[in-house]
Amino acid sequence: MTDYPTGPVAAEITRRLTSALAPSHLAVIDDSAMHRGHAGHDARGESHFTVEIVSAAFEGKNRVARQRAVNAALADLLAERIHALAIKAKAPSED
Amino acid sequence: MTDDALARIDAAVKSNDVLLFMKGTPLFPQCGFSSRAVAILDHLGVEYATVDVLQDQGVRQGIKAYSDWPTIPQLYVKGEFIGGSDIMMEMYEAGELATLFDQAGISKAA
Repeated sequence: MTDYPTGPVAAEITRRLTSALAPSHLAVIDDSAMHRGHAGHDARGESHFTVEIVSAAFEGKNRVARQRAVNAALADLLAERIHALAIKAKAPSED
Repeated sequence: MTDDALARIDAAVKSNDVLLFMKGTPLFPQCGFSSRAVAILDHLGVEYATVDVLQDQGVRQGIKAYSDWPTIPQLYVKGEFIGGSDIMMEMYEAGELATLFDQAGISKAA
């Protein structure tokens, strides 16, 4: 099951994670509106995200390794475009 | 980033049993994720030290390379990288963070 977000950054996150981790569930949630006027808010929007991802690639991996896999797939976006990313990563056996 | 910043980070990590790299201070956190990390540590009642990365650009950049982790806050216990605020929250909710502090023999805050 995949939720398709609308913005270009969310779409790019979805594309990267789908390609890198073949998730069985992926939700990319744009939290930017909650941070309007706060530090890091970007007038273009799409600055704060929550990613919920379930992937067989996480099986047997600890939390740090899972987040590193997500961060690695999004490295340049995190450096240049995304201010904040919350990650909820599970393996199918935990979902 | 300079080697000097990495050396300062390494010294801080090794000289504090519980160390949180954060934006701002426990009293005045400058980011929601740092605020959440502080709230978790306060709730567990452990003694901890913090480094405000906003006060030191070298540390702010260096800490990302130090643990190959792109975001702040970052929690270290007995020199070991534990995770960022999402991992802290998951471990807290599962009771694993309290267990980890117990097993590491971390003192309770006065």
